[in-house]
Amino acid sequence: MLYREAGQFKTSYAADQQLFPIRQDRIGLIVLLAIAFLGVPLLASEYWFSAILIPFLIFALAALGLNILTGYAGQLSLGSAAFMAVGAYAAYNFQLRVEGIPILVSFICAGLTAAGVGILFGLPSLRIKGFYLAVATLAAQFFIVWCLTKFPWLSNNSSSGVISTQKLMLFGHELNTPVEKYLLVLSIVVFMALGAKNMVRSTTGRAWMAVRDMDVAASVIGIRLMPTKLLAFAVSSFYCGVAGALYAFCYLGSVEPDGFSLEMSFKILFMIIIGGVGSIMGSFLGAAFILLLPIFLDIALPFFAGLFGLPFSSATVSHIQILVFGALIMFFLIVEPHGLARLWQIAKEKLRLWPFPH
Amino acid sequence: MFKSFKPMLAAAALSLAVLSQGAVAAEEQFFPIPGYRVGPYGANGQSFYGGFIDYLTYVNLKDKGVNGVTLTYEECETEYNNAKGVECYERLKGKAAKSSGPVHTMSTGISYALIDKSAQDKLPLAMMGYGRTDAVDGSVFPYAFPLVTTYQMQASAIVKFIKEKLGGNLAGKKIVYLYHDSAYGKEAIIAMEAEAALNKFTLVQIPVAHPGNEQGAQWLKIRQEKPDFVVFWGWGVMNQTALKAAQKVGFPRDRMIGSWWTGSEEDVVPAGDAAKGYMAATWNVAGKEVPLIADIEKVVYGAGKGNLQDKSKIGTILYNRGVSAAVLSVEAIRKAQEKYGKGKAMTGEQVRWGLENLNITDARLKQIGATDLLPEIKTSCDNHEGSGKVKIQQWDGAKWVSVSGWIEGNKALIHPLFQASAKQYAKEKGITPRDCSKEK
Repeated sequence: MLYREAGQFKTSYAADQQLFPIRQDRIGLIVLLAIAFLGVPLLASEYWFSAILIPFLIFALAALGLNILTGYAGQLSLGSAAFMAVGAYAAYNFQLRVEGIPILVSFICAGLTAAGVGILFGLPSLRIKGFYLAVATLAAQFFIVWCLTKFPWLSNNSSSGVISTQKLMLFGHELNTPVEKYLLVLSIVVFMALGAKNMVRSTTGRAWMAVRDMDVAASVIGIRLMPTKLLAFAVSSFYCGVAGALYAFCYLGSVEPDGFSLEMSFKILFMIIIGGVGSIMGSFLGAAFILLLPIFLDIALPFFAGLFGLPFSSATVSHIQILVFGALIMFFLIVEPHGLARLWQIAKEKLRLWPFPH
Repeated sequence: MFKSFKPMLAAAALSLAVLSQGAVAAEEQFFPIPGYRVGPYGANGQSFYGGFIDYLTYVNLKDKGVNGVTLTYEECETEYNNAKGVECYERLKGKAAKSSGPVHTMSTGISYALIDKSAQDKLPLAMMGYGRTDAVDGSVFPYAFPLVTTYQMQASAIVKFIKEKLGGNLAGKKIVYLYHDSAYGKEAIIAMEAEAALNKFTLVQIPVAHPGNEQGAQWLKIRQEKPDFVVFWGWGVMNQTALKAAQKVGFPRDRMIGSWWTGSEEDVVPAGDAAKGYMAATWNVAGKEVPLIADIEKVVYGAGKGNLQDKSKIGTILYNRGVSAAVLSVEAIRKAQEKYGKGKAMTGEQVRWGLENLNITDARLKQIGATDLLPEIKTSCDNHEGSGKVKIQQWDGAKWVSVSGWIEGNKALIHPLFQASAKQYAKEKGITPRDCSKEK
């Protein structure tokens, strides 16, 4: 009843081609953005900003990057964390070595650097596919982390390889409170997510999907495989690179190469598997699930234990949290192998008919 | 652990949240503890944080707190993971607003991530034997304390020990620096190089890739080089592997000296026979001979309020390290109370002052019962390290035995390195260093 598109006529091409063709979706998005931009800064505490919202947005962006590559272009990659590392270290070095470079420009440059590295490691994708490609991208994961440790120039000769990011200056104003950082991250993520949403329904996005579904057929109908695949690697790495720069500058403030481990790459991969492969929204849902659920369990378990007087130590809580988390992943994958985004889609289908399903 | 203490505390914390702080009658000093007991280094964390918490309980039971102020704490599990560590810190921060002891993360990565934040939030960050070592320069890092000693000073002290062993002259000798190829292993290189230039010995650096469970090539190289000593900066599984590999190529273990992260029971016991004679540096001694440790076992575990589930860990290197960390934290609070009011809970800012003005003499250590547990410590604005001394201990096949007194590294050589690095940091971050001559 609420979510019915009957009566929404499209009278122009522009109306037919817009990003969100259903009015309710548009309203929903505007409300969501209004809450995120206006409501949250008023209500949330510092803990929410620094420990939950900022990392959630950053990982959603990284997952989005991987989703473009894996979900849309069908190229399995295990190097997302490494591309984030490239972005983080590139942004740091641009800030350090280019006098007076605006922070946003250095984020873009960081993304471009990561894109360049991504293209380099995307080259094997022209010859190998699937799991074999995943193993090839593992090389990126190990090589980049090794490279950042090996060459002290990259970390400005820091004896330990750890970099400490510079101040965040935006238009002559220093961003130092969590709220300001959150708003910066949110703006960048919203902008890039809308860009991705737009991109995947363009010629490029359709070419990616054609390659994903069957690359021989795609090349038969005239899609050139090499540029398409490499572009997917470039765009994906760009997203991961920007996410990495934000991770360093807006979240942790200091990063080390070892922090961008294979484990982190896996985490990002799990985000898109749980969230939904080949879905922009899925990246956000997956990031929320993987990041927030453990924190929620961590806080909720001692509370319930306290209610029932159970003797929980923080170690026990951690063990139980891992158990529950693993069980929930399995549950969701069994119930809906296509991820949370698919669940949302089903809900939407049902809503269209509700309350008269016949 | 599975006694009544923890749930009572959890319940207390809960009711605190519900009833607001007004309901609490006695003054309480809160310790935020972002620690770890699971994950890859969980075993280490259990001993360290077990010791830390046991000492807090001990002070509560024995002296009714610090001048009547009860010590409370809340743990949050970081799993040695940087992102989780930051989350934990943010979560505990709210509770630490009113009063806060020093934050011990036992993780270099997490401390790096917290250095700026903790200064902003005015919470003191203690990094005992790890972390950002140039924070020794307190003019740039007012809230960070690499207490007792640092990697660089340790390397320097080890070289000094070797020099004594080799008859007071290192010229023409050869020392191999075998290290874990990571931030941790590389940190001491700068000090080793400076020592090599000063003492005119040949330094051969050999990295081992993480995790280091294969060191055949490295030890072959060591055999070819025929060094007089091997200085060893290992981590985790790398330590026992190195000891076994040394045995295989026939390199005498009593000419290997490790850093303090290579010198716990967990490192040598798995190597079995191969570890006998191996030496390692430490800034706190092991064993229950220290009166304080024995007393903790009696008072805290006697009352059934001990934190460790595995009581055999009492008196191990890492347990005693946790106790030492707690001793210094509590002493800092005591010091702060002298200035800001006895019997009151101290805020992070006040405890920071306490940490910066610590003066723990041997007499004071004796009073606590911690004679020789750790070296004397005197901190100041321009010296957040306070001691720079280590002991060399040797594994006799069953336990660690001290084979030296407290050895101080070459401060004149090493501290300028910290100051240069801190200065660069200040420049990058746009920090104006405090004037230490005006601090009181």
